[in-house]
Amino acid sequence: MRRFIRKHGWSYAFILPSLLTFTVFVLAPVVWAFIISFQEYSLARGGAWVTPFYKNYVTAFTQFGGVFVSAIRNTLVYTLFTVTANILIGLILASLIQPLSNWLRTFFRAAYYLPAVTSALIIGLTWAYIFNAQWGFANYLLRLVGLPPVRWLSDPDIALGSVTLSAVLTVPATAVVLFSAAMGSIPREYYEAAELDGAGPIQRWWHITVPLIKSTTLYLVVIYTIASFEVFERIYVMVPSGVGNSTQTIVTQIYNNGFKDLNFGVASAQAFVLFVMIAAVAVLQFRALRSDVEY
Amino acid sequence: MAVLIITAVIALFPMYWLFANAFTPISGTPPLTPILVPAFRLDNFQRLLGGTKYYANWMLNSLIVALTVTAWHVVFDTMAGYAFAKRRFPGRNVLFWILLSTLMIPIHVTLIPLYIITRRIGLIDTLGGVILPGTAVVFGIFLMRQYIQTLPSELEEAARVDGAGEFRIFWEIILPLCKPAVAALAIFTFVRFWNDFLWPLIVLNKAQNYTLTVGVANLQGEFMTDWGVIFSGAALAALPMIVFFIAFQKYFLEGVRMGAIKG
Repeated sequence: MRRFIRKHGWSYAFILPSLLTFTVFVLAPVVWAFIISFQEYSLARGGAWVTPFYKNYVTAFTQFGGVFVSAIRNTLVYTLFTVTANILIGLILASLIQPLSNWLRTFFRAAYYLPAVTSALIIGLTWAYIFNAQWGFANYLLRLVGLPPVRWLSDPDIALGSVTLSAVLTVPATAVVLFSAAMGSIPREYYEAAELDGAGPIQRWWHITVPLIKSTTLYLVVIYTIASFEVFERIYVMVPSGVGNSTQTIVTQIYNNGFKDLNFGVASAQAFVLFVMIAAVAVLQFRALRSDVEY
Repeated sequence: MAVLIITAVIALFPMYWLFANAFTPISGTPPLTPILVPAFRLDNFQRLLGGTKYYANWMLNSLIVALTVTAWHVVFDTMAGYAFAKRRFPGRNVLFWILLSTLMIPIHVTLIPLYIITRRIGLIDTLGGVILPGTAVVFGIFLMRQYIQTLPSELEEAARVDGAGEFRIFWEIILPLCKPAVAALAIFTFVRFWNDFLWPLIVLNKAQNYTLTVGVANLQGEFMTDWGVIFSGAALAALPMIVFFIAFQKYFLEGVRMGAIKG
């Protein structure tokens, strides 16, 4: 025993602080959240099992006329548009800055990255000002071209679209930087060989660049999808009321159930629905990575 | 090139417009013709700092939270990353695998138990309650492990032969070698927790205890009609990170490549 401690004591000492906070603030809460998702939990009385055991999961989907189903649909719509736009815009911008001089490339990378260091909350607030129905910049632009003003954030048919538009127009900084790095590491000979074979710039881009950065694309799709599934700040500040449930998302539902209604059981059940969705994305990534390109 | 410039303008315009409004005196509703060129006056900021009781508190609170969490991760993630990268000990792989498998669990799953735990240990409405769960983010351990694996082991072994203690080897040999990775980790942890919103929103109740993001989100409720104050509050909250980014731009872009952040 003493020899064991002398030999390995320091190793355990080095990981102990991290392991301790990890256990108390991640591992135990995950397990506990799973338990609570089958309980009715009150801060005063603690947890009591519900019957049937899956009751919270049923309630999660059926309460308030099935608003959680709309929330999932809204989240998926938001995700579909945001991720597609992020990947395409990131790919195009990275391709366009690739041939520039080092100095210009760094300049554009930095310009695109700047908004990403600002909190999602401030970005959301800024877009809320732009979409203000009365004095916002968006309606000013419409006025300039003679169009009537739009209630961007209070019309239930439009609000989700406005929030999504704000996310689409926020340049995907990580995508630009990572695509740009991946493109930089493709050997020049590939392009030279293709050029000798008479391939034009578009053909070279499509047949060399795009396939060879596939693993980066995949990684970006996954992180952007997960981030979009978890969208909250933007919604919270741009459309705080939910605009007749038209802008409810998964996390706003978890937040409302958990911390407004103190309905911990149902909120936990909804959180695990989110978890399963994210896990599914991760599994898909893992599958796709197995058929990866090497160069 | 034209496409690049136009996108850069679109990317930067919302922030620019926020700052243009913040630096132009507005006492009620903003004008219908948008302000595109700022007047470079500080009237709004004066009312913000004079009229809101707690704005300075919020900044200080955010600074305390971000600095504490960053200091924790720089020291303890490097330690753990070092142990996982270079040392052999029973249970290493199992423990590492457990850490790894929780990476994709969304924080939203743990929010409710975290809230109950924080309540039980009496840290609701305190900065400690904001800080503690922040120390449990394991991402930095992977970043540091990955980096330390690439370092040669000779220096470490030579020091061990010379009889240096294990902690000294870590503190005087490993840590200095990790500077680039530590810089990326520190910067991203700081930005992440300065910008953090959901957890502070849940934990903090009293206005004087808010962090900056929570405070700014509430400005609109408090100053419904004074948009100058609201604009300047949001702009001043964003400013430190923008300055920080411009100063450490190289490390940021390097850090993105190391996989330190999403955004």
